[in-house]
Amino acid sequence: MAASPRSTVEAAVKPISRRPASNAPWPLNIYASAVGKKWTMAITGLIGMGFITVHMLGNLKIYLGREELNHYAEGLRIFGDPFVPRGVVLDILRIVLFIALVLHVHAAYSLWMTNRRARPVAYASRRDYIAANWASRTMIWTGPIVLLFIAFHLLDLTFGNLNPSFIEGDVYHNVVASLQRMPVMIVYILANAALGIHLWHGAWSLFQSIGVNNPYLNGVRRVFATVFALAIVMGNVSFPIAVALRIVG
Amino acid sequence: MQFTLKVWRQTGPSEKGAFATYDASGISEDMSFLEVLDVVNEDLIEAGTEPIAFDHDCREGICGSCGMMVNGQAHGPGTRTATCQLHMRVFNDGDTIVVEPWRSAAFPLVRDLVVNRSALDRIVESGGFISVSTGAATEANLIPVPKVVADAAMDVAECIGCGACVAACPNGAAQLFTAAKMQHLNLLPQGQSERYQRAERMVETMEEYFGGCTNHGECQFACPKGISIDVIAYMNRDYMAAKTKNRKLTGQA
Ligand code: FES
Repeated sequence: MAASPRSTVEAAVKPISRRPASNAPWPLNIYASAVGKKWTMAITGLIGMGFITVHMLGNLKIYLGREELNHYAEGLRIFGDPFVPRGVVLDILRIVLFIALVLHVHAAYSLWMTNRRARPVAYASRRDYIAANWASRTMIWTGPIVLLFIAFHLLDLTFGNLNPSFIEGDVYHNVVASLQRMPVMIVYILANAALGIHLWHGAWSLFQSIGVNNPYLNGVRRVFATVFALAIVMGNVSFPIAVALRIVG
Repeated sequence: MQFTLKVWRQTGPSEKGAFATYDASGISEDMSFLEVLDVVNEDLIEAGTEPIAFDHDCREGICGSCGMMVNGQAHGPGTRTATCQLHMRVFNDGDTIVVEPWRSAAFPLVRDLVVNRSALDRIVESGGFISVSTGAATEANLIPVPKVVADAAMDVAECIGCGACVAACPNGAAQLFTAAKMQHLNLLPQGQSERYQRAERMVETMEEYFGGCTNHGECQFACPKGISIDVIAYMNRDYMAAKTKNRKLTGQA
């Protein structure tokens, strides 16, 4: 916009980012902006929230026993039968989740970099924050923790590389075998705590990012985020505890 | 009352700055914080040293020039007050008060507590206006505006452009300022014709200079006018709508 500065006052202020190219295709043009990246993070976050809800609820079948859980796992593979071949729907969902994850992480990283450029000289005195809480200010840490955990979790229970005795298709056995290891149990619980903190800010923040703001709704947004984060964490953390207490296994 | 002030002193944009400690005694609890700086400056001038440079003008919370970080909070403790409205009675006798300029890439330091906030003007000139044909003023009552809408627009039009939102934001984002300057027009009938071009231009100008919002919500508490982060959500909505609506204008402009 500002072609050449019209004054020394204007010249002293240097841009920190380039404007999004206005001739870029529609989705790229949106993603190029920080507001667009927040939209992306909100929508990919919603996809992740949908996944994590189904994942937690489905895993509750572990309490119904080996048969039920393995039957459910097989059900995920034969989803859409007989119209689509075995595993295809599951793979499509996995690809969607993977793309959502990559976009979420990239948008977060790029916003973080922009925000570091936006304040090159830090405050010399101690800041006294009023609203910015530990959850919102640790998103940049809880995010990577959850990401690392997802990588471990996949290698442990989906691909089996890190599982002590992986049996393809016997989900019940694999879960119990993995969670019986003390360090894994601790990592599992800590990662879920990080996930809960991440969700507590994210599940509220996403409404702001996509402009869902209405006096009738605003009071509910925090409550929703709290209930959602608590439900997910409690469900997920119950599994290692149940294994430790020999309720399951 | 008696205070110890730790004030950021820096002689120029590229000079090295540091805190200097001053003693302020004989302070009345009814004084504003700027008046305390005046008292300190008088001593400094009498002693033959450079006084502390700080921006100020109206001293009644309407011009937005007096921004500074007081004890780690934009405009200091106290809700909905600018630094000029910060009275010493909110502090305790003998307190040490730390004063620092706004820190942001978009606000290069000029001297001591004075920063260059002209990046905010870049945002406003990119769309914070309505285009009207000149001539005789039309009858104001020809455009009906519901009272609630007028009130909502007025609430955000209260923004004095002090930059506290940017200073307080952990990300150095100017979302609250931009959204306020945008939404007070986008809410009103007069602002509708340019609504989506305004949304796109103002957001993209803002992003050239400032960080991005990650919904910390710190800005609304720093704001001396108490503008709510609700407007940021409205801006996000308008920006996304603008991306499709403005495409339709391509080739027709
Ligand atoms: S001096 Fe005008 S707002 Fe403080």
